[in-house]
Amino acid sequence: MSESVKTMDKILESYSAKVMKNRKKHMLVVDHQEEKQKIDANTRTIPGIITNRGCCYAGCKGVVIGPVVDMVHITHGPIGCGYYSWGTRRNKGKAREGGKNFLAYSFNTDMQESDIVFGGDKKLAKAIQEAYDIFKPKAISVSATCPVGLIGDDIHMVAKQASQKLGIPVLSFSCEGYKGVSQSAGHHIANNKLMTDVVGTNDDYEPKEFSINILGEYNIGGDEWEITRVLNKIGYHVITTMTGNAAIDEMAAAHKADLNLIQCHRSINYIGDMIEKKYGIPWLKVNFIGVKAFTQSLRDMAKYFDNPQLTKRTEEVIKQELGEIKEDIAKYKAMCDGKTAMLFVGGSRAHHYQGMLKEIGMDTILAGYEFAHRDDYEGRDIIPDIKLDADSRNIEEIEVDQDEQKYRLRLSKEKYEALKKEIPLSNYEGMISEMADGMIAIDDINHYETEIFVKVLKPDFFGSGIKDKYIIQKMGVYSKQMHSYDYAGPYAGFKGAVNFARDVAAGVNTSAWQYIIAPWKKEPSLAGKIGVE
Amino acid sequence: MLDYTPKEITERKALNVNPAKTCQPIGAMYAALGINKCLPHSHGSQGCCSYHRMHLTRHFRDPIVASTSSFTEGACVFGGKSNLVKGIQNVFNIYNPDIIAVNTTCLSETIGDDVGEFIRDSKVPEGKRVIYANTPSYAGSHVTGFSNMCKSMVTQIAESTMGEGNNGKVNIMPGFVEPSDMKEIKRIAEEIGMDYTMYPDTSDVVNTPNTGKYDMYPEGGTSVEAIRESGDAMATVALGKYTSEEAAFKLEHKCKVAPYVLKVPLGIKATDAMIFKFIELTGKSVPKALEKERGQLVDLMVDVHHHYHGKKVAIFGDPDIVTAMTEFVIDLGMIPKYVLTGTPGKVFAKDIYHMLENAGIEGSSVKSEGDLFELHQWIKNEPVDLIIGNTYGKYIARAENIPLVRVGFPILDRVGHSYFPVVGYMGAMRLIEKISTAFLDKYDQECADEDFELVM
Repeated sequence: MSESVKTMDKILESYSAKVMKNRKKHMLVVDHQEEKQKIDANTRTIPGIITNRGCCYAGCKGVVIGPVVDMVHITHGPIGCGYYSWGTRRNKGKAREGGKNFLAYSFNTDMQESDIVFGGDKKLAKAIQEAYDIFKPKAISVSATCPVGLIGDDIHMVAKQASQKLGIPVLSFSCEGYKGVSQSAGHHIANNKLMTDVVGTNDDYEPKEFSINILGEYNIGGDEWEITRVLNKIGYHVITTMTGNAAIDEMAAAHKADLNLIQCHRSINYIGDMIEKKYGIPWLKVNFIGVKAFTQSLRDMAKYFDNPQLTKRTEEVIKQELGEIKEDIAKYKAMCDGKTAMLFVGGSRAHHYQGMLKEIGMDTILAGYEFAHRDDYEGRDIIPDIKLDADSRNIEEIEVDQDEQKYRLRLSKEKYEALKKEIPLSNYEGMISEMADGMIAIDDINHYETEIFVKVLKPDFFGSGIKDKYIIQKMGVYSKQMHSYDYAGPYAGFKGAVNFARDVAAGVNTSAWQYIIAPWKKEPSLAGKIGVE
Repeated sequence: MLDYTPKEITERKALNVNPAKTCQPIGAMYAALGINKCLPHSHGSQGCCSYHRMHLTRHFRDPIVASTSSFTEGACVFGGKSNLVKGIQNVFNIYNPDIIAVNTTCLSETIGDDVGEFIRDSKVPEGKRVIYANTPSYAGSHVTGFSNMCKSMVTQIAESTMGEGNNGKVNIMPGFVEPSDMKEIKRIAEEIGMDYTMYPDTSDVVNTPNTGKYDMYPEGGTSVEAIRESGDAMATVALGKYTSEEAAFKLEHKCKVAPYVLKVPLGIKATDAMIFKFIELTGKSVPKALEKERGQLVDLMVDVHHHYHGKKVAIFGDPDIVTAMTEFVIDLGMIPKYVLTGTPGKVFAKDIYHMLENAGIEGSSVKSEGDLFELHQWIKNEPVDLIIGNTYGKYIARAENIPLVRVGFPILDRVGHSYFPVVGYMGAMRLIEKISTAFLDKYDQECADEDFELVM
């Protein structure tokens, strides 16, 4: 029996029967010989288990809505939620020419006891007015926090009235923290509103040739800028990125593109699907992380557009970019070769970084998500199998219809079907499909499991978040933050690959590791020798 | 940077922009970490717990572990009892702390969960404890949450067992300060030879060494037994009105231990006052070592007084720290032009105005329940030479080209603060070094070549 299986069993055995029964379904050792393996995901967190998960508000305001640069994002609630999501996710942004960028600000209604008792609607309406008077933004968002739903504040009505009065969009999100079981519910709620109220509302926009959108890319540490640098060089025109460095007018023109690229499937697949249905734009699952994956994605894009010049330019740019980074990657590979890694990241990166790690000679032995769904693990073909449970049933599912005026078929049905066999067109195979036999896939890993897996499997690298980082490093294992990139980046694209390789090489090899055990604990004591000679 | 903050100040009644406070439970979580082998537990939806852990981790660059009840929508309707009862059971089964310290959030407070009753109905293993504090996020600030958890330590753990007598110990309640500050206050007490119990005490909990072995419950933190015995102490020295006063008063009420409320010992005057109180209580004399430190501090104040004399400064942060900092700044000959906290409460402004009046300083703005947007607007209207506050001050510092000295919570962008104190004479010297360096660095960067000096 492999060490992985033994460790998994040991962990499960130490749990109470109930916890064991639950956790058992959330972990597996990958075995592609078996018929398709099933993993439980997107179920409620076990109280007291010490999860890494956050909440629906974090998924909506913190992840999807917050990065839009020219909107004022108001948190309706007590001060904490708005405060903790202020400047902590590194979604970079710049003001457009003549536009504004509010990312350095945190806007809050700062609810007090009297607001809980008498309702906060009036304060919210006033806060929106004050924000408008002072900042004159292009649009405003309102995100609800836990108590808002409980006391029955009607934020949608307040937003609607404010929007009519001020003449700008005021988007309201019922993303109370208790909704769903994780950040994931918040993604869904944000997607719904962006789809119904924003996408498709800007018809003045003139798309250029090879117009695309990048979906589920939040420009952490400048990732999006590195990606678009390369895409622009090839000849693509990015209308909007949702939502890293996004501007509202650009998002509103998303329906003018000919292809949507999806980086983070979990957070944005809803919009990807809905845009396809409503406007006829297919989406392509891409991966900008790692040289090989990025190169592959660029080639898939070229196949989609099937234009000789674009294809030629794609290969030229790939060749040129590879030439520039080859030596650096080789240098860092030499420093990391043969080492092992574990990855535990939100809902997408635990998959996306495996190839990159492999390129610098590191095998991923365990990978998992905080809040991904079964399709992110097992692939989209199992979606019909997924049953909504009581905790997620209240997350609104919206239906969109084909827009008679704006719908345009981008590819013939035959071409579409043919391409689907070659490239991941409107499809995602999931993380497990790319994992090797014997690797562990684990969902919603907790503190206890993390500690045991690190102790027993002794990885050289653990890519996770800030809450894990120092726990793992106290065990003598390098832990890199894969959410914030430890304040570095970009990690996407060609130059990002070098940055990532350099940072991992530095972290794994930093000389501090050799000092953890004091010399007097390693060598026989010299005490008592003085004076004896 | 912050390009849309206008100079013109308009009244805001509803919108808070760039807060100078955060919410209660994080303070309670921090206080709970100051108990040995304690696991803080957040009774709410799990987002709060993650945010609080994250934020403390970013500040200390050390593991901050806590559990949560992980509310779902159903629990909001039916109450969070089952979540808490199961949570407590799972925590003891899997993580085995000596004590769980539960804090609440705006969620469980709004639905009215009776946490005390839930705990009474929970299975708590023999010899283990669960305490709780109600920490509604819509009242006060993180400072209030810290104070509330300290109060709960008193009401739910401390006992008086000796009748009329006392065990000769002094309780020290250090307030919401760094582990390095707690360590420095303990060192001063030890130098004096005072028998003491400090709680909470996060030193050696949130600034642990790297030994290659992770210990979920590090050696630091005040033991439950020591907190229990604090009811037998001869006196309580409570440092900081906002963080420590109420706990000390509770202990007086419950166990008749005399409370003495002093400032957080930041700066020379506040440190003098604390040491004076220690010797008054114990009848001991001040040891040479401390007198020497004090003399060194005075020497430094004299040597470089010209670095900061007459300089205008904006100070913001948590009320106890800001109050002490304002006093020290006045002693350095600086002018506290703007003094602001996000935490509500009237005592703050009263104390600051009193100090300003005594120093003959006029024209300063003082505000509680303020935010950093307003502070920035004040600065735009009349600039200052220095900002003293937490990391969030860096946006204003950059926008207005004013040096920032980082003091308080949180410091997210610099390292070392959990190892070096700002309290005591040593801490005061460190602050002078920081303030002087901030001024001199700016001068070095900006002066003309012919004014560039070797010796300063």
